[in-house]
This record gives sequence, C-alpha cells and structure tokens, in this order.
Amino acid sequence: MSTGWSGPPFGPIGVMRSWLKPRPGSGDRKRRRSSLVAWVILILGVFYFLLPLVATLEFSLRPKPTTLAYTNVLADPKFGGSLLYSFTIGIITIIVSLSIILPTAFWVRLKVPRLRPVVEFVTLVPFIIPAVILVFGIIRVYSRKPFVFTATEFGSDALLVAAYVVLSFPYMYRAVDTGLASIDVRSLTEAAQSLGAGWTRIILRVILPNLRTALLSGAFLTLAIVIGEYTIASFLARNDQFGVYLSLLGQNKAFEPAAVSLISFGLTWLAMIVIALIGRGTRDRIQITGAR
Amino acid sequence: MSFLELTGVQKHFGLTVAVENFNLVAGRGEFVSFLGPSGCGKTTTLRMIAGFETPTAGTILLDGADITYRPPNQRNVGMVFQSYALFPNMSVGDNVGFGLRVRKRPADQIRKRVQELLELVHLSDKLARYPYQLSGGQQQRVALARALAFEPQVLLLDEPLSALDAKIRVTLRHEIRAIQRQLGITTVYVTHDQEEALSLSDRVVVMSEGRIEQIGTPFEVYNFPTTGFVASFVGTLNVLPALVVDPGAGRLSVGGQQIRISRPVSARTGSTLSLALRPEMVSIGEGPAGSNVVRGSVVDVSFLGSIVRIRIGIAEGVNVTLDVFNEPTLILPKLEEAITISFPAEGPLVLESVPVIDTDALVAEV
Repeated sequence: MSTGWSGPPFGPIGVMRSWLKPRPGSGDRKRRRSSLVAWVILILGVFYFLLPLVATLEFSLRPKPTTLAYTNVLADPKFGGSLLYSFTIGIITIIVSLSIILPTAFWVRLKVPRLRPVVEFVTLVPFIIPAVILVFGIIRVYSRKPFVFTATEFGSDALLVAAYVVLSFPYMYRAVDTGLASIDVRSLTEAAQSLGAGWTRIILRVILPNLRTALLSGAFLTLAIVIGEYTIASFLARNDQFGVYLSLLGQNKAFEPAAVSLISFGLTWLAMIVIALIGRGTRDRIQITGAR
Repeated sequence: MSFLELTGVQKHFGLTVAVENFNLVAGRGEFVSFLGPSGCGKTTTLRMIAGFETPTAGTILLDGADITYRPPNQRNVGMVFQSYALFPNMSVGDNVGFGLRVRKRPADQIRKRVQELLELVHLSDKLARYPYQLSGGQQQRVALARALAFEPQVLLLDEPLSALDAKIRVTLRHEIRAIQRQLGITTVYVTHDQEEALSLSDRVVVMSEGRIEQIGTPFEVYNFPTTGFVASFVGTLNVLPALVVDPGAGRLSVGGQQIRISRPVSARTGSTLSLALRPEMVSIGEGPAGSNVVRGSVVDVSFLGSIVRIRIGIAEGVNVTLDVFNEPTLILPKLEEAITISFPAEGPLVLESVPVIDTDALVAEV
C-alpha cells in the first residue's frame, strides 16, 4: 500500500543513491564509479558500527568455557535486580514524561503555535546543562528543608525519576511533536468537540491512539537513556541502577561487563523491533486518510 | 419562527475585522448558505456558531438559548469539515457512533442508530472499514453520518465538497440536500461556489470583507442583486457604465447608444451609474417591439459546451457578453462582424455601488 512517499527510498543506500544520482548526460563509467564510492561508504559505515560489537563479543567469549561470562552474569541476582529496577524507573519516567509532554505539545500545537520555537528551545536545555550539574543542583535543593528528598529511598527514587524526565525531555518532546505533525490535530480535536467530547476524551481516545508509533519511539528512547544512565544515579546513590551496576561490575570483573553490554544492546534492539511491529499499520492509516 | 439567531455578531483578530455586525435569523429546518470569496468571514462566522471562535461582540441564540459563550462540546451542533476529520484509528462504525458513545447511549441503541445513518448515506456495507480504505466521497459521507448521528439541533458544513472531484461534488450535493430535507434539520453551509449555494439553499447570505452584502433566496440573489458585489460575484454579469439622460423615464446612454430601463432612476441627469445586465437577458437581433436595441461588433466567441458565449464591443472599452444555447444548426458570428443585439427594459439593474471587477472587460465572471 502506498504511503504517499515520493522521495528517495529510505535507509543508507537510498540516501546515498539520491546523493550520488548521476546528472543527465553522464556516462556509464561515471555511474559505475559513483556506485563504487557508495559501496565503499556503506562498507566503511558497517565496519564502523559493527567492529566494536564484534570485538566486544570476541572479548566476552575468551574465558573457558566460552559462555562463562554470560552464565556468570545471568546467575548474578544483581543483574536481574538492577535491570528490573532500571526498567521500573524507566516506565515511571515514561509515564510522568508523557503526562507532562503530551498535553503540553498538544496545547502548544492547537492553541499557541507561536510558542513552539520557545518550547523547542527549552527542550534543548538538557543538552546544554551537563548531567553532573543537574544532579548537584538537585541534591543541593532537595537535601535540605523544606524539601528533604534525599533522606529516604523513595525520595531519592523520586528525584531520579524527576531528573530522567528532564534528560528525556528533548527526545520525548520531539517524538510527540513529530507525531502530532503527522495528523490534523486541529480538525480532529474540533470534530471530537462538536460531537460532544471533552478534553480528556479527546486526548485519550482521539489524539493518543493516532500517536502510537511516535509515543513508542519516545518511550523506548527514554527507556534506553534510563537504562544506560550512570552520573545521576551514581550521585544519588542509586546503586541498583543498571548503569551503576555495569560500572561497578567493570571495576571487579574483566569479561562480564562485555557480556552485559551485549545483552543490554540486544534488549535495546528487541525494543526497536517491538516498536516496528506495534507501529506497523498505524502509519498507513494516519498518513493516507484526509482530504485527497 | 427563528431557530438560529445571530445578532450584531463581530469578530476581530487583533486589528483585523473578520466579521462585522452579522445579523441572521434562520428558521427551523431552513438551509442557509454563506457564500463569498476567500477571507470574507464566512468560515469564521460558522466557527462562531460551532463554538470554535468566540465573538468579539454580539449574541448567538439557538432555539431561544444563548450559546454565545457555550463550549463547542455543549452546543449540540453537528459539523462536517472540508478535510473530513474522520478519526483514523476508528472504523466507520466507531466514527459514526462516537457522538452517541460520548452521550453514553446504550450499546444496542448505538448499533441501531449507526446502521440507520450508514443506510442513509448508502454506506451500510462499509461499517468495519477504516477511513483510509474509503474514497474521498465516501469519507465525506461518513463524516456527514457522524455529524447527524447524535441528532444535533443544527448541522454546519464547512466547504464539505471542496476537496472532491467535480462529478462526486454534484452527486453528493444532491444527497446532502435530500438528507437535509428528509431530516428537516436546520443547516448552515459555507461555500465559495455559487452554483452549490444557489442549488442547495433556501436562502443565501452573500458576504464580502466580513460584511453581509445580501440575504435572499437564490432567485432573489441572482435576479435582484442589491449591491455591485453580489451582482458581480453571483453568476456572470455585464457591468455597463451608463449616463443618465432622463431619470424619470429611465432613459440612459450606454456607450453612446440610448436605452431604456423599466424603472425610473433616482440619479440626476448627466450623472453616471453602473448597470448590471445578465448575459442570458441579451439576444442577437432586434428582438420584440419595445426591446432595447444596441449595435456593436463581435470581439470574442467562446464555446462552453451547452452554451456559446459571445462578447460584443458596443463602444470603446464597453463590452456586452451574451449566451446562446448550443444546437447543431447554430451559425456562429465571425470575429469583428457587425451585430445587433437586444434586451428587454426589465433586463438592466441599477447597481448601488460599482463592483470590484475586471474593468477591462467590464464583465464579471465567477
């Protein structure tokens, strides 16, 4: 089914094809050379991304028996515990993040589109302020009266989630905003309003289901950030966090950190496949409908 | 009796006046069209009735209740959008039943009503389809069914046929009118297409630059335009500069040739005014006794299918366009051929103001 896309094909080959498209009148030799350059760039790219992974895999398989690093990691209760902790924190971060960003992005697009550049600028703040500054600021404000959060486990977890919400802001906002751009938010909202729906129903029943792919992308990016994050968790003494566990593991063991890295990499890829599978079909529905 | 009443409605966007002193009383079951060019304020007025825009001043009453500041979801007004605005994540059935689910109607009642509405728009076999699986015309039918399903007091249609091709537009236009008559629902229809407005409406509101130019039946608006704008915007029109010769007798001079109109003119002798003359009022030849007879030469001949449009220059810069029905035996005049044309004294109308039109041709075509 057509998605209405009429540009060059997606993916590195497609992009390169469009870059290296020969000009009319150029000869076969020129075209062959362009094609060769494209293949060289592609192969270099593949090497650049795959070599470190292959090296990590090779390193993790060095002990005898070869799967020892993996069996050790999987047998370690701290591995499962830290992964579960990070997933839980990640899920809470996604929920909090979405409940703040979705209505904000929706409202900005619908009612105050002039403010979009301002909001976009605000979303860049986490890129400007380093995580270590952010966590020191958090500790300084929330470790003294009247907001003593760092004194309890729950308080520290809450601070961790709050910090991660800030860190994931650029990714989540952009994902949601891109999703909103792909649908006619104004008409859909007004249609739902004219049918008697209130704001909650409009967001939950009309807007949210049509942003499924965008929300999943934002959610998995957030999850990936949370699982790999070290600085904030470390300063807030959240040693159960997967990033901190990975770092501690690296200080004591040689091969296991490589195995854990590959396992977490595999989990991330799995998440991406889930996005692709869940989002399949929704994309066509949203892009094709409307006035033609 | 008034059902939908807009009194002194105004809408300003900053310093821009979008709608100015809009007054309209629509009766129950009436089909009213807002007709005008882009930016004339017709859609803004419709959006104020729907509740998507708040008037800067004025009141909107629906069945006696003041809805001026009522939120759109509490107005009981159905709306059909130009872009259809069907919910892409819902099937046709779910789209049509949305308004009923919001109103928490029992499931079996919703099912029955959805089926009923889909039969009305001839789409009962498309219940489980998604919007992207339907053509543009089908999508707009679903949008119409959805807007009618919860039995709104007023149906608003915002250029619903603009995105469709010509043939489907005509078919759907007839269907909309038939459904509106069958349900007897008060309807406000926004369009810039005069043919749509004239063929559908009980009354047409012609708008320009945020103001109402004229309200009347299609017959009145077409045959008796009260302003130059209406005369030029609705239908094809000859606008002729005329010199008053004898106001009491209705004698005027057009391009140096004397004519007579059926009513006395209020302007003074020697003053100039604009006359509106529809092409269909003009015929080739001297016509019956008492007709105005004018001589000129053929400037242009355009074949338009069922009619042939002939432009005749009667003086320097003054042209009269006339339409002749096409028939196989028709002998068309040649370019620059001398020709005599005639029109009855009832044909020309004196315009209140000179319309903004193509003054070069002095023929307004819409």
